Amino acid sequence: MLEFKKDGWKAAIALGPTLLLLSVFTFYPIINAVLMAFKQDYVFLSGTYNGIGFGNFVTILSDPKFLDALKNTSIMVFISVPLTIILSLLLAVALNSVKKLRGFFQTVFFLPYVTNTIALGLVFNVVFHKDYGLFNSVFGLELVDWLGSGTTYWRAMFVLMVYTIWNGLAFKIIVLLSGLQSIDKQYYQAASVDGANRKRVFGKITVPLLSPMILYVTITSFIGAFKVYTSVIALFGKGAGQTGAYGPDNMLITVVGYIYEKLWASGTPFGVAAAGSIILFIIILLITLVQFWISKKRVHY
Amino acid sequence: MDRELYFDEQQLKKFKAYTIVTKIFTYTFLIILALFIIIPFYWMIATSLKTTAEVISQNISFFPRELTFASYAAVFERAPLFTMYMNTILVGFFTTSLTIVSVIFAAFAFSRLKFKGREVIFSILLMTMMIPGEVFVITNYMTVNTLGWIRVPEGAPLHEIIGNYAAMILPFVGSIFYTFFLRQTFRQIPNELYLAAKVDGLGDFKYLFKVMVPIAKSTIITITILSMIGTWNAYIWPSLVTSSSNSALWLVSNGLNEVFRSTIELSGPNSVLNQQMAGSALVTLPLLVVFFLLKDYIMKGVSRSGIKG
Repeated sequence: MLEFKKDGWKAAIALGPTLLLLSVFTFYPIINAVLMAFKQDYVFLSGTYNGIGFGNFVTILSDPKFLDALKNTSIMVFISVPLTIILSLLLAVALNSVKKLRGFFQTVFFLPYVTNTIALGLVFNVVFHKDYGLFNSVFGLELVDWLGSGTTYWRAMFVLMVYTIWNGLAFKIIVLLSGLQSIDKQYYQAASVDGANRKRVFGKITVPLLSPMILYVTITSFIGAFKVYTSVIALFGKGAGQTGAYGPDNMLITVVGYIYEKLWASGTPFGVAAAGSIILFIIILLITLVQFWISKKRVHY
Repeated sequence: MDRELYFDEQQLKKFKAYTIVTKIFTYTFLIILALFIIIPFYWMIATSLKTTAEVISQNISFFPRELTFASYAAVFERAPLFTMYMNTILVGFFTTSLTIVSVIFAAFAFSRLKFKGREVIFSILLMTMMIPGEVFVITNYMTVNTLGWIRVPEGAPLHEIIGNYAAMILPFVGSIFYTFFLRQTFRQIPNELYLAAKVDGLGDFKYLFKVMVPIAKSTIITITILSMIGTWNAYIWPSLVTSSSNSALWLVSNGLNEVFRSTIELSGPNSVLNQQMAGSALVTLPLLVVFFLLKDYIMKGVSRSGIKG
């Protein structure tokens, strides 16, 4: 037990219930996930397993489905995240430079933040409908199947990216915009006295001074993109554990999707799911560390 | 300083033309992206108001030719919408109010009380913020399963139903992120206030509720709103712990997904695309109404806390 100094009993009252809940639903699950990941053939109901080892990691890393999930997630991450960040940076700068209608545009761009991922996924499902969809009709495409059984990998991936970009802009714009507004106006005045042009001002003042915000948005976007799951379910309009929940032949299964699949699979291979979640954590940790390492040279605090 | 002083007439003209071109360019960019954001919303509403015949007709209509609310009536019959709303509000209310209480006390302990192990406990909490939720979900699923709180069937006894609600609420009550967020606000309160309160004979907990909570009101409101939005959006956990065949325990997200999945026809004369859109609209609109009522709070809150939805 902890030995408390002078406010000990008060701290116990104030923190006790929260720490109890966190122990049950956060701390213990983390420890248990690590343990389960190393227990071979772990059966949840009886609690039995065949020794400790890397069996689950071997299983998962040689499962073509998991490798697919890794591939899909990486494509999502490395194409859609940079696109969204560049787009939201341009939008934030544009919003910051206009006076008229700024409030209106700001509200419009924020809307996706306050919507339901499933509901809007169903809307995108209709917009990209093969027979009656708006997208096919606007672009004059005859019966191109985007999300149905006749889709191709890149078509389905395209819709998923459009949806995640649509969904993710709001948060990034608002964080970047608040960063822009906190930049001291004196820098810009000094630049205009020196006769610097807009490109130079953007490259030498705006981006460096905004870099902590850009770093923050980049890290959260990478983490968010590695955890894509609900949008996929929403776009294909099926429930988890159903065939076709991640598109035809589960072509768009993601890492998180793979982990949840294991909770529905027969025999509930929780050990494999736990190994998957540990791998996800390691990936996220590595990406964050790399970004911090890069930022050491480039971010100005 | 006056700009004109340095420019001759020609330069000034050039400068003005340049400004106008940039303005046009900026607004065009903003308008195109605003359309990109708005069109899905518009298409949702437009489709939901069309007749089925119009939805499946060969030439697509951008504006409904004939407005009908039939799809909305059909969705109310197809889906237990009132139950879904009530469940979401109930789960959201309990999650949020318990979270607020827990967060206020925890943030108070970490910002004002002195006790052994404070820094250690706080660093452990910060470290767990790095770990993705998927790592806990597996064990949490096992825990609520062992407690018998999971996928309670229709017509189960009351204590099992309460258990199923508890499974949707309790894992989200202890929030490290919100604790950290509120602690930041609490730490900005000047120490002099605390000393003055001590002189006046105010106890620690009285000081918390009489002084600190009122000062941190806007942070607490932000946490409340974000937590409610979180429940309204929650899909993964509710769909794991509730039974897909027991509609009495559906929240809006998983209920909507259950109702409009593979079992229904999406093309041909029995297509229900307009109903699907009416369902989406009925789930989206309440949140949008709340947003427009509390717009400033929500937008400021999100930019201040930097929480990803």
